[in-house]
Amino acid sequence: MKTAKLTDSEYLVKAGKIIRARQMTKIEKLFEISLPGGESLDHEPGQFVMVSIPGVGEAPLSISSSPTKRGSFEIVIRNVGKVTNALHKFDTGDTVGIRGPFGKGFPVQILEGNDLLFVAGGLGIVPLRSLINFVIDNRRDFGKVTILLGCKTPQDMLFGDEVDSWSKRLDVNFDITVDRCEDPDYKGNIGLITKLIPGVTLDPERTFAAVIGPPVMYKFVLIELLKKEIPERQILVSLERHMKCGIGKCGHCQIQNYYCCKDGPVFTYEQIKDKKEAL
Amino acid sequence: MQYQVLKKINFNDFIASLAKIEKVVAPVARGYNTFSFQEVKNGQDVAVKYIPTILPPKKYFFPQREKLIEFNKNAGTFEALLEYEKMVIFGVHTCDLAGVQCLNMVFSDKPKDINYLVRKNKIIIIGLECNEYCDQYASCKVVDNHLPNGGYDLFFTELNDSFIVHVNTIYGDELIDKTRLFNPAEQIHLDQLEAVRQKKREIFKEEVKVTHNDLAKLFDKSFDSKVWDDLDARCVGCGNCTNVCPTCYCFDVLDNMNLDFNTGDRSRMWDSCQNEPFAKVAGGENFRKTRGARQRHRYFRKFKYPVERYSRYFCTGCGRCTRTCMAKISLKETINALVDSKEEQK
Repeated sequence: MKTAKLTDSEYLVKAGKIIRARQMTKIEKLFEISLPGGESLDHEPGQFVMVSIPGVGEAPLSISSSPTKRGSFEIVIRNVGKVTNALHKFDTGDTVGIRGPFGKGFPVQILEGNDLLFVAGGLGIVPLRSLINFVIDNRRDFGKVTILLGCKTPQDMLFGDEVDSWSKRLDVNFDITVDRCEDPDYKGNIGLITKLIPGVTLDPERTFAAVIGPPVMYKFVLIELLKKEIPERQILVSLERHMKCGIGKCGHCQIQNYYCCKDGPVFTYEQIKDKKEAL
Repeated sequence: MQYQVLKKINFNDFIASLAKIEKVVAPVARGYNTFSFQEVKNGQDVAVKYIPTILPPKKYFFPQREKLIEFNKNAGTFEALLEYEKMVIFGVHTCDLAGVQCLNMVFSDKPKDINYLVRKNKIIIIGLECNEYCDQYASCKVVDNHLPNGGYDLFFTELNDSFIVHVNTIYGDELIDKTRLFNPAEQIHLDQLEAVRQKKREIFKEEVKVTHNDLAKLFDKSFDSKVWDDLDARCVGCGNCTNVCPTCYCFDVLDNMNLDFNTGDRSRMWDSCQNEPFAKVAGGENFRKTRGARQRHRYFRKFKYPVERYSRYFCTGCGRCTRTCMAKISLKETINALVDSKEEQK
């Protein structure tokens, strides 16, 4: 058996330096990461990176920052597995392995000039934030912008300050709901995110909806969006799957004939509506 | 098209002289009706008549375990590497040649898998024709792999007292030159080859109740078939079927830390879509919860999804999944059951 060095392997990682770490909730931690030599990640909103710790392993993680933010990028880690638990022990100054960006993100060129409806449930805010901030940073290139957010309790809302600033913008329609709240002074909406959709006024022909949330959320949100008569090809979802390679080989993320990592993770509803096992 | 002839009495010398040039692997008998590709030094080691080996030659192209990266944690360095070995594989049946062709398509699909693509070009393939069926489990005709469709450097067909050899590449031609045991084929050999092929056209019939072209259409309408419930009840989820499949290429990527707790490697290992956590995400959701859904996925990955992506079936008809199944799930019976259940629906 011989071995040779490869300089063009898809599995080669870059050393990503954590330049800022922030514990967001008990289970979610944000890292801002820069690549060697200040190289830009050059991602599309909706893409993901493979983040790794030598000796522990790799995990696919959504990029949360907008590509308009240059020089570094952000990821949010919920500690639910081996790699993410180990990542939670990392802090500013530590180095992680980075591969990517991978996958097909949101088609921002196609979205230009159209009205946008963002629907994010729970951790879905993390990847959707990349697109929301991209749109806000290029605000005049887009039509009407509506942001609908949902989470379990007010304390679970990620990016609270940023969400607050979105809610105050005159050029953004904004609404938020929580599943439950024990605080008697809470004046906001209580209930599922699906309840927010009927109240939105939109022109379905020129509206694109971008939806990200836990698997169970999609079915119900999609029903509401279809009731609004938004065309199927203008409803964009991002699907979560188990991934090992990121390049359409390892098979874990397969949704019928699609590889979620390569053909997605962003799909139109039209692409996946007949794919059983997709939602 | 160039044909050469090797006399059977020279076969042992051929393998022996080949083994002096390069590492040679070939089917070797491993107990009753069981064979595996192993290194050989001379022709007596080779099982010229054999049923498909336990593992297909896939193991040389896409090893069970392969290092992708070596790292040094303290130094913060990562190096990508390729492990390879030059070799000649002798005796690859047409089903397994098709299997390698399928893997070639997958790993050259962009983004390319450099590890696979470099390694495959270090391997010389010598095919070997099946003049008749290996056993009742094969279904090579319905997927059109009972006759050679390329994918080899040399291709051997057994005649009465000789092998007629199709020389397909210059690498094959070099081996002919170096071993000096071959003579150009004469008309009589070409006639005998044609007779073998003619006889094969009579012996090999579509092994299931559906034609080559209708097989894809059958799967277009079989996603909700009750047949998968039957497999759900029988499958034990062991993953044998995917391990022995010449076109299954799913893998896991794992880190291994050395005892110094500083250096180590990131490797890929064969994985199986039949394993329960294969499609499970970190949040706990499993997109193929049942063994029936996972078996259905395996069948669709042979007869539908690759047809859409690569315009070919990823079943080579070798029959390994049926031979190895502990629950006696048969590929031919499953396809026939799908045909029958479709008939009932009408």
